[in-house]
Amino acid sequence: MIYFDNAATGYRKPPVVIEAVCRALQGTGNAGRGVNEASLSAARLVFETRSLLSAMFGGDGPSQTVFTANATEALNVAAEGLLHPGDHVVTTVLEHNSVLRPLYRLQDRGILLTIVGADAKGRLDMAALERAVRPDTRAVFCTHASNLTGNLVDIARIGAMTRKKGLLFVVDAAQTAGLFPIDMSAMGIDALCLTGHKSLMGPQGTGALLLREGVMAAPLKVGGSGIRTFDREHPAAMPTRLEAGTLNVHGIAGLGAALRYISSVGQDRIRAREQALAARFYRGIRAVPGVTVYGDFEAAERAPIVSLNLTGVDSGAVSDALMTSYGIVTRSGGHCAPLMHRALGTEKTGAVRFSFGYDNTEEEVDTAIRAIRELAE
Amino acid sequence: MKPIKNKFIITFPTIEAAMAMEKACLVSGTPGRLIPVPTQISAGCGMCWCAELQDGEACRLLVKERKLVYEAFEDI
Repeated sequence: MIYFDNAATGYRKPPVVIEAVCRALQGTGNAGRGVNEASLSAARLVFETRSLLSAMFGGDGPSQTVFTANATEALNVAAEGLLHPGDHVVTTVLEHNSVLRPLYRLQDRGILLTIVGADAKGRLDMAALERAVRPDTRAVFCTHASNLTGNLVDIARIGAMTRKKGLLFVVDAAQTAGLFPIDMSAMGIDALCLTGHKSLMGPQGTGALLLREGVMAAPLKVGGSGIRTFDREHPAAMPTRLEAGTLNVHGIAGLGAALRYISSVGQDRIRAREQALAARFYRGIRAVPGVTVYGDFEAAERAPIVSLNLTGVDSGAVSDALMTSYGIVTRSGGHCAPLMHRALGTEKTGAVRFSFGYDNTEEEVDTAIRAIRELAE
Repeated sequence: MKPIKNKFIITFPTIEAAMAMEKACLVSGTPGRLIPVPTQISAGCGMCWCAELQDGEACRLLVKERKLVYEAFEDI
């Protein structure tokens, strides 16, 4: 199998991640439940991983680092916890449903929503975003990179604007965490939503919400907390405020190992490799007759994603042919990005997305180029 | 068994605060360990730092220097 669906999930994890999860599965207590060597050992592991995440993303420490099941949960916690009826929120057509659906649900309950558009190459209209801010605007929610086009959003520029105007800035870093440098403090990010299983190279079922100190979100779920047992209400202190029930300690063990792995290899090195693979693929197919590629390929920096269509051929059929005839895994269809497809005019066709990972090779890319050339004939 | 007494105790509002204390003590070589909060003390988090009374001052200094979050210092 040639796996080019890293934007969906990293297929293979580094051996150290697998070892960490296996070690945890061989014996792990419940962090924060009791004071014994088993639970303390788990609590130390959880604390260490919170600290690693906070350090990697310029957060405000382990207490402001909340574990979630994925970026979707982190975005739900942020949206439900920070917004109130009457708030105006600005978001974009680049967003994944994990941003859009929580906001739509809140829109049904009284928040006001402005969705900023993009141009034919899927580039966010930054001027329109800035113009969309008005006196009742409370927050900007946006992605760091489109999961369809790979185009990046200038989150530092948006963060500078939101900080100046006293707005909350919530970033969906599902496609960029672990690849691109993100510094919450420097970039004016109030809430950073991460998933562990893509470029962070951790297990599925892990994610995090990093909140700037002083940003208080109401909890999405309440229940077992390990502290303040006899209180009727869920504890208010972070991070327990936004976590209830047993954490995925086995997964967090893997995530911690993944963060150390990324630090040891070097995020810049990982990114350069993946971008080089994506660029190699793009160069190989961009001039093939009948191929349409989506996105801004003149940008200096891009997520390692190339989405395309073959004229007159359903994207699902292309993806299926790639799998059955060439053993290449891609993703076709809507990619949970309905507004991006609408903006690009690919609502009906969908698109075939190739997304490259650190363990992909030049030979695999060349096979994919040959496959596209043959399928396009 | 005998109740815990003649000890210096630090209580915390959260598990993370307790973990931060443990890590700081490990790095600095400050004595003590985490134990369940004795029932004669009330605290947010169910674990506390327990040291010998003579090590209490070192623990207090560490908390102050590292600006560690805690609830209270207690001698029991």
